[in-house]
Amino acid sequence: MIPQSFEYCRPGTLPEAIALLEQHGDAAKILSGGQSLIPMMKVRLARPEYLIDINQIAGLQYIKEENGYLKIGGLTREADLETSDLVRSKYPIILDTASMIADPQVRNLATVGGNLAHGDPANDHPATMLALGAEIIAVGPRGERNIPVKDFFLSVFTTALEHGEILTEIRIPTPRAGSGGAYFKLERKVGDFATVGVAAQVTVDTAAICQEVGIGLTNVGATPLKANRAEDFLRGKRLDESNIKQAAQLAAEAAQPSSDLRGPAEYKVSMVKELTRRALTRARERAAAQPIR
Amino acid sequence: MATKKLVRVKVNGRDREAEIEPRLLLVHFIRDVLGLTGTHVGCDTTNCGACTVILDGRPVKSCTVFAIQAEGREIQTIEGVANNGQLHPLQEGFQEEHGLQCGFCTPGMILSAYALLEKNPHPTEEEIRWGISGNLCRCTGYQNIVKAVQYAANKMSEEKHAA
Amino acid sequence: MLHKTSPEIGGMGHSVKRKEDLRFIQGKGTYVEDVHLPAMVYGQMVRSPYAHARIKAIRTEAARNFPGVLAVITGQDLEKAGLSWMPTLFHDKQMVLATGKVLFQSQEVAFVVAEDRYTAADAAELVEVDYEDLPVLVDPHRALDADAPILREDREEKTNHIFHWEVGDRKATDSVLQSAPVKAKLDAFFPRCHPAPLETCGCVADYNSATGKLTVWETSQAPHAHRTLFALVAGLPENNIRIIAPDIGGGFGNKVPIYPGYVCAVVASLQLGRPVKWIETRSENLQSTGFARDYHMTAELAADRDGTLRGLRVKTLADHGAFNAAAQPSKFPAGLFSICTGSYDFATAFCEVDGVYTNKAPGGIAYRCSFRVTEAAYLIERAMDVLAQELKMDPVELRLKNFVPPDKFPYQSPLGWSYDSGNYHGAMNLALEKIGYRDLRKEQEDKRQRGELMGIGISSFTEIVGAGPAHTFDIVGIKMFDSCEIRVHPTGKAIARMGTKAQGQGHETTFAQIIAQELGIPVADITVEEGDTDTAPYGLGTYASRSTPVAGAATSMASRKIREKARKIAGHLLEVNEEDLEWEPGKFYIKGAPSKSKTIQEIAFAAYTDLPPGLEAGLEAVHYYDPPNLTFPFGTYICVVDIDKGTGEVKVRRFVAVDDCGNIINPMIVEGQIHGGLTEGLAIAFMQEIAYDENGNIQGGTFMDYLVPTAVETPNWETDKTCTPSPHHPIGAKGVGESPNVGSPAAFVNAVVDALSHLGVRHIDMPITPWKVWQILKAKGVAE
Repeated sequence: MIPQSFEYCRPGTLPEAIALLEQHGDAAKILSGGQSLIPMMKVRLARPEYLIDINQIAGLQYIKEENGYLKIGGLTREADLETSDLVRSKYPIILDTASMIADPQVRNLATVGGNLAHGDPANDHPATMLALGAEIIAVGPRGERNIPVKDFFLSVFTTALEHGEILTEIRIPTPRAGSGGAYFKLERKVGDFATVGVAAQVTVDTAAICQEVGIGLTNVGATPLKANRAEDFLRGKRLDESNIKQAAQLAAEAAQPSSDLRGPAEYKVSMVKELTRRALTRARERAAAQPIR
Repeated sequence: MATKKLVRVKVNGRDREAEIEPRLLLVHFIRDVLGLTGTHVGCDTTNCGACTVILDGRPVKSCTVFAIQAEGREIQTIEGVANNGQLHPLQEGFQEEHGLQCGFCTPGMILSAYALLEKNPHPTEEEIRWGISGNLCRCTGYQNIVKAVQYAANKMSEEKHAA
Repeated sequence: MLHKTSPEIGGMGHSVKRKEDLRFIQGKGTYVEDVHLPAMVYGQMVRSPYAHARIKAIRTEAARNFPGVLAVITGQDLEKAGLSWMPTLFHDKQMVLATGKVLFQSQEVAFVVAEDRYTAADAAELVEVDYEDLPVLVDPHRALDADAPILREDREEKTNHIFHWEVGDRKATDSVLQSAPVKAKLDAFFPRCHPAPLETCGCVADYNSATGKLTVWETSQAPHAHRTLFALVAGLPENNIRIIAPDIGGGFGNKVPIYPGYVCAVVASLQLGRPVKWIETRSENLQSTGFARDYHMTAELAADRDGTLRGLRVKTLADHGAFNAAAQPSKFPAGLFSICTGSYDFATAFCEVDGVYTNKAPGGIAYRCSFRVTEAAYLIERAMDVLAQELKMDPVELRLKNFVPPDKFPYQSPLGWSYDSGNYHGAMNLALEKIGYRDLRKEQEDKRQRGELMGIGISSFTEIVGAGPAHTFDIVGIKMFDSCEIRVHPTGKAIARMGTKAQGQGHETTFAQIIAQELGIPVADITVEEGDTDTAPYGLGTYASRSTPVAGAATSMASRKIREKARKIAGHLLEVNEEDLEWEPGKFYIKGAPSKSKTIQEIAFAAYTDLPPGLEAGLEAVHYYDPPNLTFPFGTYICVVDIDKGTGEVKVRRFVAVDDCGNIINPMIVEGQIHGGLTEGLAIAFMQEIAYDENGNIQGGTFMDYLVPTAVETPNWETDKTCTPSPHHPIGAKGVGESPNVGSPAAFVNAVVDALSHLGVRHIDMPITPWKVWQILKAKGVAE
């Protein structure tokens, strides 16, 4: 219940923060929302000697469209994603996702950057960002770089972020007309991590042929997973019930869940299939509501 | 021993300050340093919401915030809900509708509802239930809590129209 | 005869708004953790990570030398004071701090005391313990195997068997089960779960070395019993011990036992001469304090082909963990489990229970169980559905056919209970009407044609509460009376104290309402206090729904004693004989001349200013009530569920609860109790289990995995009532707090099984998780 002692720094700028991270190396951790880190510190699973609080750094909280992308600042709170008209109207898959993270109080502090950078396969945004083909912007000692999200998750609690790098922005290519997406999360109760979560984003043409598709899976592996074979199967095919079912089957085959208190692995695999079916079906409905003219 | 830091916070409208360890949780700062014991601790895994306070207008779980993070900011606790002894419609509603039994979840619950009604003055039942989904109660089964919030929403709406 | 009082007086039947609310809604309650005393220090437990291990060494030097640490107490230290073990509430003893070995994961091993809780946490990490693994026993079915590790080396008989208990007529029941044309057998496990009140357990122990007085603020549902036990165990004079149970944030039975943390805090305070605060974390609460249930039960029903019940045979294996710390009346090792004949008229029955030790946390009686009535009601109500399925009979018809009829009360059950009153048909019929039963069955038929799954579950439970009569009931020898002391002041206001201790049940209001009913003093004018052993009369506390039946009766009787004295004073004031006076709530008046009256307020004033000769001053009374019997609340619950075939999730569509607790003091409060208990039942049925893996590691030892429903998972509960007063209770009331937890699990489970019964499903053990349902659907070929 009580964290180990640490030194606290609150840099006012990104370069200051990066310098502190470099200076203290592995002994330092970034504090953004803190809603994953602080609980770990309270049970002393995380014992940083230096906590670098980046919440005062200006210019990291925004949700805007620019140059063909939805750009979300790394410090943007989940609650702000929930209430954003832009997200609700044009990127409802992100609203689906944000609104299922933990509970209202946690969402007031938790950041989308933290949700991704923490590297927990049980977090919800990773699957959605995989489905959306997002890009992660990281700023560190060697400057700024752009990491495609499919290369971002390496293993449990390990991302492509190097020490000293801070996730400053998530960029999502603005989907074309005829696109829709949805995130479905099966949880034991509100506030729980996903038993299984599936994000599906599709773009269909006027003949209902699937032009683009992204399917991300939550908490069924050591990292969030991209259901590549399911995506490959659907691309170029009609997004109808039969194909959705087959894609769902392929997505299930990509899942590598463990048996735990949320259920046996066999159940989770089946739930990937079920939720993929539901997510693709909802994505198709939403795509139909934003048709190509 | 870590370097102690000065934290200056506005709490229920009053400026407060103290020298604290960085690791001091906000809930312990509120309870032990400021002596405001209305905010409660009910778990150790950020689940129960008994520690909910309002930080810069938003409800947060004060057990999962370091007090030092509140530097320069504003906090409202349950002690700051009544206005000069005049109960807030939510507080009235909780009594009128029997929205509490042991009272332990009540401060956090009221603050979550308070924030909900600020954002959404006319919530549906479903919205109320989602709005308080970060607050656990073991006694009431939530049904009368929902009614308490509806009572408050109606009263506040009437008062607004009367004004 | 119960007069109707005005709303201003607020007697029985009025939904008076609660007096205790004012402080809680303003955050001004005083819970134990809110208590701050000068020079107070903090204690923290060091706990075992292992389920069964020998302690080779404990090194405390680093912890003791850590700046800010005042003491580190181990079992060895306590041994010197004869306190390393303490008696449990049930014929056993448990370690306060481990000596020799540990017997369950999270068991208390050392107690660190420091200036503040942060220092205590740091120092606790510095205590080093060397453990040597021992083989772990977690399966109670293996506890009596020849090669099972013997857990309790301290006991004379080297066995894991704690007790065997039986009641009823074995021969006659065996015979009926042999010969009956129809039989139904059910193996049902009631999983281990935990009451998890929102406030954890804790205390502030303050030994004043100048006065020799020990004051302990404690989360206790039974403060007087705790005081006496502290006196007996710690050797402190009982007049120098004061237990204060202040506001308590929920109990549900979790706060009845005495925990090692309390004892260590007391010892530390005695040692240091400073107040010592110990508040456990949620994890500690879930992993080491009084659990509930863990009953492996088998029921066998014998019936005629037309569904008439003939007999019931029950056999149960009770997993008590490492110490038998069940908090229950001393003659009942399985609590009141023998209520398992339920609402039905059995000619013969037999019940036996065997308790065993395992490497798990101690306890067993908790979570609104009325001493194992939850287990019993669950078993019989599930078994009835299994029998109904066997007979291809509607479960409602089977129940209606076998209910004890109203004219058979008081009813002697074949397992020894005398049910005071009941009207099971009445509750059932009201519930059926409210839920629209016939239409639901039609809907179910239609849905089945389309492959949709919906179920209807009935539970017609009978409770047994209000322990209990002195001839049969005691806890560690103390009889289970309860008490009330009332004092009326000259200006007509009153203060009353009882031996019970609410943790949310609203006693400050409801007990005032009983007094208001009996004396006509308005509820607003009556202060009710509980929980301070220096001022409250002795009582056994609040649990097992006993407050209204026992202390409520005492309150009524004490009020009547006051009324009798008031009558004398009234007669004196009105210059008539007592016999010429009539009473209505709030005043005595002369028979035939109602305008000649004296109010209770005028009488109260006279009690101090104008007394009849020879009558003592004052207007007060105390009553210790020995209930002549228990009371038997009952009800019918009906639950409707829909199952998502894709995920196995069960959604409760509707839940109708008809409860009968006799005369109701405050309908609003009773309804609140039902809502809360049904929500706990929902959690038990679908979400909660304290499980252990084969190494004795607890699964679900935090709120991350021990799931408490939020407002989103919880449905709306539809409540109603019938009223069958208890004939032996002064105000005809029965108690109701636990009924919803007793009756609802079977309703939920019966509904899910009913949804799947056409596929051949007979039973599913709790918790009925989505994946369990899905596995069944898959096995039956209907998963989507």
